Amino acid sequence: MNMFLDYLLTAIPLGMTFLFGCTGEILTEKSGHLNLGIPGIMCMGGACGCLALHVMYGSALPPFLILILAVLAAFAGGVLMGMIYSFLTVSLKANQNVTGLAMTTFGVGTTKFIMSSLATEAMSYLYALDYFRFPFADSSTSLKYCGVLMYVAILIALAASFVLSRTKVGLHLRAVGENPATADAVGINVTLYKYVATGIGSGIAALGGLYYIMDYSGSYEAYKSIEALGWLAVALVIFTLWRPHISIIGSILFGMLYLAGSHLPTLLGIRLDMSATPLLQMLPYVVTIVVLIVTSVSKKRENQPPAALGLPYFREER
Amino acid sequence: MNKPVALEMKKVSKYFGTLAANKDVDLTVYRGEILAILGENGCGKTTLMNMIAGIYYPDHGTIAVDGQEVVIRSPKDAFRHGIGMIHQHFKLVDLFTAAENIVLGVDSEEKFNIRDVNRRVQEIADKYGFRIDPKKKIYEMSVSEKQTVEILKVLYRGADILILDEPSAVLTPQETDKLFDILRRMRADGKSILIITHKLHEVLSISDRVAVLRKGEHVATVETAQTNESQLTEMMVGKKVELNIDRPEPKNVTDRLEIKHLSMTDAEGVKILDDVSFTARSGEILGIAGIAGSGQKELLESIAGLCHPIEGEILYHNPKNDTTENLRDKDPVAIRELGVRLSFVPEDRLGMGLVGNMDLVDNMMLRSYRKGHSMFVDRKKPGDLAKKIVEELEVSTPSTHTPVRRLSGGNVQKVLVGREIAAAPTVLMAAYPVRGLDINSSYTIYGLLTKQKEQGVSVIFVGEDLDVLVELCDRILVICGGRVTGILDGRKTTKEEIGLLMTKAERADAPELTEKEGN
Amino acid sequence: MKKPNNTSLHEPAFHIVKRDTIPLGKAMLIRVAAVAAALLLCSVLSVLLINANPFEFIETLIDGAVGSARRLWKLAKDSAVLLCISLAVTPAFRMRFWNIGAEGQTLIGALAAVAVAFYLGGSLPNTVLLVLMLLAAVLAGAVWGCIPAIFKALWKTNETLFTLMMNYVATGLVSFFLVIWTPSGSSVLGALSVGHLPIVFHEYFLLIAITLILTFVVHIYLSRTKQGYEISVVGESENTARYIGIGVGKVIIRTMIVSGAICGLAGFLIVGALDHSITTTTVGGLGFTAIMASWLAKFNPIVMIGSSAFITFLDQGSAQISTNFNIDSSFPDMVVGIVLFFIIGCEFFISYRLKFRDSDQNAKKGGAGK
Repeated sequence: MNMFLDYLLTAIPLGMTFLFGCTGEILTEKSGHLNLGIPGIMCMGGACGCLALHVMYGSALPPFLILILAVLAAFAGGVLMGMIYSFLTVSLKANQNVTGLAMTTFGVGTTKFIMSSLATEAMSYLYALDYFRFPFADSSTSLKYCGVLMYVAILIALAASFVLSRTKVGLHLRAVGENPATADAVGINVTLYKYVATGIGSGIAALGGLYYIMDYSGSYEAYKSIEALGWLAVALVIFTLWRPHISIIGSILFGMLYLAGSHLPTLLGIRLDMSATPLLQMLPYVVTIVVLIVTSVSKKRENQPPAALGLPYFREER
Repeated sequence: MNKPVALEMKKVSKYFGTLAANKDVDLTVYRGEILAILGENGCGKTTLMNMIAGIYYPDHGTIAVDGQEVVIRSPKDAFRHGIGMIHQHFKLVDLFTAAENIVLGVDSEEKFNIRDVNRRVQEIADKYGFRIDPKKKIYEMSVSEKQTVEILKVLYRGADILILDEPSAVLTPQETDKLFDILRRMRADGKSILIITHKLHEVLSISDRVAVLRKGEHVATVETAQTNESQLTEMMVGKKVELNIDRPEPKNVTDRLEIKHLSMTDAEGVKILDDVSFTARSGEILGIAGIAGSGQKELLESIAGLCHPIEGEILYHNPKNDTTENLRDKDPVAIRELGVRLSFVPEDRLGMGLVGNMDLVDNMMLRSYRKGHSMFVDRKKPGDLAKKIVEELEVSTPSTHTPVRRLSGGNVQKVLVGREIAAAPTVLMAAYPVRGLDINSSYTIYGLLTKQKEQGVSVIFVGEDLDVLVELCDRILVICGGRVTGILDGRKTTKEEIGLLMTKAERADAPELTEKEGN
Repeated sequence: MKKPNNTSLHEPAFHIVKRDTIPLGKAMLIRVAAVAAALLLCSVLSVLLINANPFEFIETLIDGAVGSARRLWKLAKDSAVLLCISLAVTPAFRMRFWNIGAEGQTLIGALAAVAVAFYLGGSLPNTVLLVLMLLAAVLAGAVWGCIPAIFKALWKTNETLFTLMMNYVATGLVSFFLVIWTPSGSSVLGALSVGHLPIVFHEYFLLIAITLILTFVVHIYLSRTKQGYEISVVGESENTARYIGIGVGKVIIRTMIVSGAICGLAGFLIVGALDHSITTTTVGGLGFTAIMASWLAKFNPIVMIGSSAFITFLDQGSAQISTNFNIDSSFPDMVVGIVLFFIIGCEFFISYRLKFRDSDQNAKKGGAGK
């Protein structure tokens, strides 16, 4: 049992990386925009956060302020990327796939550029943030992974879920993603909703990058794996059928699948061949494909992607 | 009538390009009355109403609500003045519940809570007698329920002036009766209701007054109690216009296409074609008259093999070998392989009949590209055909390599009709082939169709201008709500007769009889 | 009736009108202006980041891309690989099928080629082996491409998301086989000694020649064959396809088989002519870059020669900048990203026109200034 707990306690914090990206992407997709730039945006979040840490290096700011400023910097970086994406796809009506992929190319490249030019000493801050870990954690148990941002991820997902399902803003946002012409006809500012949803969504996704570097792995080198995790976040959106509260569970599941190779053998007391690890890591994608197929075959309306996903909205001249 | 004036339009005009959709229209609506707006297709009824509802902005004239001149630029402005319109095409989010759709876009200070909305929607529904479950999703609803949601959407926003665009078009007679009861209750509540329609019996049963529009102009407004069907029809269709379309007598007439008891439903299960039977013959033009959306499109598409009926037969008598084939449930390629030379000029020229982004040559190929066993397409013959059509039909285009979407409407139509005729059809179906065309182009098309008829082709012509139908067609089939309400002799009938049959909700008293008369 | 008396209120300062047509020259001018603006921004960035002056930036960029015979060959080689994958995605895009799975389709093709060489190498003559590798790669790519297409055709399963996921399944399979093939546990497969494409004239010549021939073939396929014609009709209007009796599902599946097969061919070329091995990053994001190259060329295979060369040019040139100025090797990604943003953005001014309120009358001249 202890081993399972151990497994779970490493999977949950890893899963939160996906959760940030997933919640952000859900908000964006609910406005009808498939943002394939999410991996790049998550990377940029990490980079901007670390850049902030770098700037604050040597200052006498209290650790909690450093944490908050780093988070804000990551969020701002994400919003900025989201605005570029929105400007191109909403205002200039560019193809969403092409724009998104260009965002990822740019984001990943820029992140690497920023990270490689930062002073590695500044990264010692990452350890200072151990203050903000799970209250009873000591560095010898898995609980050491449970940092404060992990709870933030869950709170944001719950908040997003609440906004989408219970508030008027959420209702309007869903209307924009389902049927922009109808939303427009009842006087909802479609463009504004698309910008805001994409901007905030990108900001949230960006936190995932910083979380992964600063909180989960505590290592400056960690930025190199964010892109791959970002694509898993996009997969998670489909897997959880565009529902942020389900994605909390989904992200943990994805985390467990991702780590299955190293934990399952000990847990089950079996010896897995080395070759099983890549197959296990492939599972999240396979499962997502299965979900995608099952939902499209079953045709249950509530489980479909937002109806206007990927389509530019152009109000014909009256 | 000493009710207070709710809305007043003065000298309102609207132009689309040079075309006047409405010209100097005056209209007065009182509180607590039902005003019917009557007119043929394209007479500007909907445009006029759209100007009140904030969809269009008038080019000239003024609109006053409760005696105050107002500016209405958007549906939101309209709601601010208590005006709401229920469009023919519903604007609803399928995935949302009724209540969610109703509250969408409403500004309010109150804290949003869907339970309160549900309750309020239920209250309004109960007040006027609507049957609705506010929590039901739109995609699970029937058309009439969706319409109810649209009406409630308007009432929820506190509208006092309601505009309904052909509300009965999507309803069964029973549902229509129910709706009318509700409208009467609203009238009793002091609301003003404008109802766009071209069904005369509805006008007579529901309205207090009728405003008749013709060709964008307001003909007259009369008290319903003091008028009758024939007077209204006359006002609606106007005096007969002489067009002088050449109409030779049919020769060598034989049955070519026989439609028997054809029925079809749409995605929602509503009957679009209901037991349609008729015969199309070689060497004659069979006109099809009816209000737009009465099933003309579905009829032609099911003959062409694009959609599939639930009942009935489509029999084709092949003149070459005297055999008879049932075309039902065959796709266009299968029909062609049977040796049936069926040409079809669809209503949607650039969305179906032609590909707008392709040039003339490639569009010529649509019908013929499969010919031969080579894996390559042959652009030479289509190129020649394109040149021939451009020359013979005087298509004005920079070259045969111009994308057809850049041509004017008339030229697009010439290209399409030219291609369909070039296939040497035995049956030629044309849906609204002169819609949007200028006079000269229209006459070119009439000439082409008549020439086909003289060559022994069975021509089926779906039209909307009754003057054209009575001068061009040998026989005229009238449909209303997916049913055949009469088959008339084109040389003997009058516009008024057709107009009455087009607006008849019920099937002709004895359809067989009418058909015999027509023969 | 042009100016109603009270339109001034709330009327937006301009509105957007779809252009009917634009002269080629003007369209090119807008694109060139966009690229120039992007490069200007990049050089300003480079001034800030690396203290180089803008002229140095441009000079190094050009020098790095085409400065020597060796660099020219490299440019040609990298362009050819990118071009090959761009050609692969093009038939699908023409059909408006968003295949963003070229990365995976190419990788699986490469994997199949390596597998054939790994298992059969040594026991077969090289020519036979190469033919088998080619067939395996093409088949694998076709299968990978056709799976999402079948689901799209039958149940309208979203192809963008499906093909995207398929990429990572392919990556997973590659790492799986790498583990199997390397008993040492290093997961690094050394260069295969067999299954090399012969060197003709120059190391890269065969690869480039094959790709150029392929460009021509794809061009002919799309513009001159019945299948290519059907692809265009389905892409333009499914309603028209229905009207003339084209089976849309059949065309989707057939086209994705073609698309995937060409990806497989690209994978074979990468293995047979360049890498002689495989890693999970063998395709290295080219599957995504190819989407942009294809889109930039407006899905025209001949123009694609230019667009792939252009992207490779930027990439290689800015790589030189990062070497010369001793900055991180990720710099090219930034440059390519920025230039792409500008080109993507400028397409708006090619398809749409801003119509200003005051210029309604002379709208025909329509200034689409940036």
